[in-house]
Amino acid sequence: MALSETAGPVPVAHNPSQPVKLRWGELDEDDGEDLDFLLPPRQILGPDENGIKKVIEYKFNEDGNKVKITTTTRTRKLANARLSKRAVERRSWAKFGDAVHEDVGSRLTMVSTEEILLERPRAPGSKAEEPKVAGDPLAQFQKGAVLMVCRTCGKKGDHWTSRCPYKDLAPPIEGFVDKPAASEAATAASGPAKGAYVPPGMRAGAERTGSDMRRRNDENSVRVTNLSEDTREPDLLELFRPFGAVSRVYVAIDQKTGMSRGFGFVNFVNREDAQRAINKLNGYGYDSLILRVEWATPRAN
Amino acid sequence: MRPILMKGHERPLTFLKYNRDGDLLFSCAKDHNPTVWFADNGERLGTYRGHNGAVWCCDVSRDSMRLITGSADQTAKLWNVQTGQQLFTFNFDSPARSVDFAVGDKLAVITTDPFMELSSAIHVKLIARDTSDQTGDSILVIKGPQGRINRAIWGPLNKTIISAGEDAVIRIWDSETGKLLKEADKESGHKKTITSLAKSADGSHFLTGSLDKSAKLWDARSLSLIKTYVTERPVNAVAMSPLLDHVVLGGGQDASAVTTTDHRAGKFEAKFFDKILQEEIGGVKGHFGPINALAFNPDGKSFSSGGEDGYVRLHHFDPDYFNIKI
Repeated sequence: MALSETAGPVPVAHNPSQPVKLRWGELDEDDGEDLDFLLPPRQILGPDENGIKKVIEYKFNEDGNKVKITTTTRTRKLANARLSKRAVERRSWAKFGDAVHEDVGSRLTMVSTEEILLERPRAPGSKAEEPKVAGDPLAQFQKGAVLMVCRTCGKKGDHWTSRCPYKDLAPPIEGFVDKPAASEAATAASGPAKGAYVPPGMRAGAERTGSDMRRRNDENSVRVTNLSEDTREPDLLELFRPFGAVSRVYVAIDQKTGMSRGFGFVNFVNREDAQRAINKLNGYGYDSLILRVEWATPRAN
Repeated sequence: MRPILMKGHERPLTFLKYNRDGDLLFSCAKDHNPTVWFADNGERLGTYRGHNGAVWCCDVSRDSMRLITGSADQTAKLWNVQTGQQLFTFNFDSPARSVDFAVGDKLAVITTDPFMELSSAIHVKLIARDTSDQTGDSILVIKGPQGRINRAIWGPLNKTIISAGEDAVIRIWDSETGKLLKEADKESGHKKTITSLAKSADGSHFLTGSLDKSAKLWDARSLSLIKTYVTERPVNAVAMSPLLDHVVLGGGQDASAVTTTDHRAGKFEAKFFDKILQEEIGGVKGHFGPINALAFNPDGKSFSSGGEDGYVRLHHFDPDYFNIKI
């Protein structure tokens, strides 16, 4: 049987500053959504007589520069790629030992009548959204069902968060742990965070008043407007987390109706991360609305 | 997938091994006849008759011409793979537990059990190219570890021998001098008997399974612990996919407790884990006894499991297995 085989892509131009761990915010597919039309179309050259095929693609890297990526692949025809010559030879070996006198009806080899599946511990896909970064604080919102997940170091089944040996090393997470709890207390609206239990010790922010919250550090604060009504803080955190460490997420909630007022703030630890988030997400289509993401204007006081 | 069931053995399976091309599957069981099967359709090619005890382990040479088996009848035997003919018998004073050909097939390491006041030992034998030159002399005998040595394999470039067994300590020996080079850290290492040991396709790391309900991934040179996979039952067999970053653990409750409990409680599944994330991917059910042996086809597209129930189950993966996402 003839099979074609790809003999290793050879990236010619490559963005060297790309981090090893891809976050979805840096994934190529997402890149293309709003900016693709600005790029020259993908070119495919070949395959020529040697089976060399070139694919030329253009992409924006994270700094917004255009990068040309040439992928060269060779396609080869392999005869009998699946079976080696000697394996074919072995096929015709004479039976020996007990196999010589095997009864026709012995049926030593049977195909199972039962269809056996690789049973997933969770439904496939339900885990797909789970963050792969260990220690991702977002884990607390989605792994609510898994017992004993340390929210500080992300270890499962080893210890509770309060007993985490790495507690002191972890970045302070109260910044956004207290907020969902506060909004939970203030509103009856349902959101993805509702299922997650927030222990009393983490509810320090619940006692704080709204004005107290507003007096927070406004450094690297990004204002997000034109949010859909369904957007809650965890959603916003999920959206902005890939760009870097987030210290606070806040979505304005109407006290009377409990609905989102359509804007929120995200504070980043690093200013560069915030700038990247603005570059990437301003004009991004989120929940059928076009987001507006900008620097929050400094407070008058 | 619809597994192929091979019922050639009368007694529990002990070991499974594919040849390098992945077209033959060798199975060992507590009955006395190691068997070779075609790995694609499960047809029986032949049996190797001559052992007089449970066969614990086997290995096949790179050119698929020689088979070595270790048996509880206190011998290890060399076989002609094609004809089933016995080529040579290594005699010991205690049961042979594990056998492994070195890279190049010029050496073999055989471990023997502690028996009648004899301590366990690791023997290194020269394998002659021509069977008429073959001798039974050991070029090296390593003694020291207490209790059974369940597996001994060759390390990178045949320079070391990696052994593991009942004392739950993994050791690396110099294969020329027999000197102990490294010992696994007691803190991070296994707590109970190590039952199985599987090398990665490139030999750079290996996986051990233990009755302490975990499997651990180790660096073959530095013996540093890389990953730990935790399950809820003792691990009898481990295998590593040569294609994807998957490891498979097989096990189940103790064989003596099987008849007293429901088969669903036994958890006789082959459990798939992501090698890097240490997350469980899924389980393949089917055996109605603990899994004693696991092997991956070298092409990574099928695997087989052998159980206490005497069956070998050969699984060819469905196409969607190759795109599983965690």
